[in-house]
Amino acid sequence: MKTELTSPAFIAALVIGGAIVFAAPLFLETYDLFNFTVFAIMAMLAISLNFVWGIGGILSLGQALFFGLGGYAYAITAINLGSGWGLLAAIAVPCLFALIVGYVAFYGRISDVYFGVVSLTISLILYNFVNSTSDAFYTIGAARLGGYNGIPSVPPIQAPWAAQPLGFEAMYMLCALTALVFYLGVRLFVRAPFGRVIVAVRENDLRAELLGYDPRYHRLVVFAIGAAMSGLAGAFFAAWGAFIGPETFSVSFAAQAIIWVLFGGLGTLIGPVVGALSVSWFTTWLGEVRLLDPNIALGLLFIISVLLVPNGMVPALRRVLERLRIVKQRADT
Amino acid sequence: MDIIALSGINIVYAVASLFLLAAGLSIIFGMMGVINLAHGEFLMLGGFAFVLSVNAGIDFWISMFIVAPLVVMFIGMVMERLIVRHLYGRTVETILATWGVSLFLIGVTSVTLGYQQLGVSAPLGSVEIGDYRIGGYTFFIIGLAFAVLAFLYAILRWSSFGLKARGTMQSASTAATLGVNVGYVYSATFGLGAAISGLAGAAFAPIAGVTPVSGLTYIGKAFITVIAGGPLPLIGTSTASLLLGFINAAVTAISTPVLGEIALLAAAILLLRLLPAGITRRFFRGGL
Repeated sequence: MKTELTSPAFIAALVIGGAIVFAAPLFLETYDLFNFTVFAIMAMLAISLNFVWGIGGILSLGQALFFGLGGYAYAITAINLGSGWGLLAAIAVPCLFALIVGYVAFYGRISDVYFGVVSLTISLILYNFVNSTSDAFYTIGAARLGGYNGIPSVPPIQAPWAAQPLGFEAMYMLCALTALVFYLGVRLFVRAPFGRVIVAVRENDLRAELLGYDPRYHRLVVFAIGAAMSGLAGAFFAAWGAFIGPETFSVSFAAQAIIWVLFGGLGTLIGPVVGALSVSWFTTWLGEVRLLDPNIALGLLFIISVLLVPNGMVPALRRVLERLRIVKQRADT
Repeated sequence: MDIIALSGINIVYAVASLFLLAAGLSIIFGMMGVINLAHGEFLMLGGFAFVLSVNAGIDFWISMFIVAPLVVMFIGMVMERLIVRHLYGRTVETILATWGVSLFLIGVTSVTLGYQQLGVSAPLGSVEIGDYRIGGYTFFIIGLAFAVLAFLYAILRWSSFGLKARGTMQSASTAATLGVNVGYVYSATFGLGAAISGLAGAAFAPIAGVTPVSGLTYIGKAFITVIAGGPLPLIGTSTASLLLGFINAAVTAISTPVLGEIALLAAAILLLRLLPAGITRRFFRGGL
């Protein structure tokens, strides 16, 4: 832990990440800053999915549902009680939901693949449920769920001591800094004793259990933390666009999160961030030029990632660089 | 009295439709261990093939029983050859790749056929039960589910293909040493599962219509049924349909279809807590 905090790689990540976060507002126009905010939010979701799937080895295909739950929890609570409680709810509700689902799944020892399909099914059914709540009957306090129309005019985030809610620039800072904290936190986590046990459980849960660690408990903790992280990202998303809708529970959104992690490099630390940024940028661009239906593009990207780059772009690039270095060394001698 | 008969029919219908929706998926999962996330799109393509050929003037029943299964079988076998074949034994990668296929097929159909809903009206009129009327097509779906179950049982139990397929399912390497062409068996099994999905998609098209995303309304139920059923494709899926279809129909009757679906999911998750590998890992071992 101590060595990791002072290791050159960690300090480099801290400095480079911090520089990107703080320098961006100086160079970017408001519109770009607005887009970068959502990229940072997507990076948060990608880091949390990678934390659960890549680090914890839990095939959480429906991880995006916690993003949606967080967004809805924030919207409903913020409309009724203000944004501070909203953020708390956005962490607590997905975390609790994950504890219930995870308890049943991990303590029942459902196999990995079954768990993936069940989590995706939960997402599908939540999608159908939220879509069916357009009736005024589904009103919580002052917040109407609104069915397929979603919840409009979600209040922005406001610090309790401030007179004004966060502006564009402050919102960008908040999201980018949280993404950076997520990244550094996961980095520290895998080096900490608890994180090492998590990796051991992922690699071979029987062996970890024989060494005295309870894999069920460790999986549950990782799953709950990951859900809380995704939930916070969802809350930022709802506050960013002043809107949350049922699309956050849709299969195609769940698929996007999976593609980011897979394309960038499952289990690597920076890969999912790279994946989230490049793929979201790519889909935004496709939406602007209308060259190809985004579903076709995402589907092809998905298939190509699995068949041709199974470890993701970041490890693949690293291998290419390594090979170039060896070739260069040979040429030098 | 009439209302009891009517609810009874509704429950049988829910069980039958659950079985029909899940049958193709369960063949592919049970026989090959592949969870096909593009299953919903197979149903959707079956629906489109059926509706388009009916609109082109082909007979209703020929479109349903011949055109739709053949079209989806062809697409399924191409997909098996191009993608799934390279991933056998790597379950997680297969799930991800078939998910990609699912998105791709949704994209292609929405570009070529547009987002509007296509449909044909259901034939067979209606039947009167006391003061209530119930569509004759409901009874057709129930009969079709039994027919598909009997057909699949017969083909897997008594045909030479079924023997080879079951042998391959138990041990692919042993089957291969005994001279079975394992690649051919996989391809044919995938095709069979796809054809049944195409038929099911066509059968539901007159009721629900077809859009490029209509697969998504079916797959949740289909997945949960197959997972709860466990590794044996026919017994597993039929017992799971029986149990979950009953719960779904009962809750739907007293509340809304969405709550029925939530009850189905909750029941399946509780079931998996007790039987983590599905019903047929514990009971009916060694059956079909």
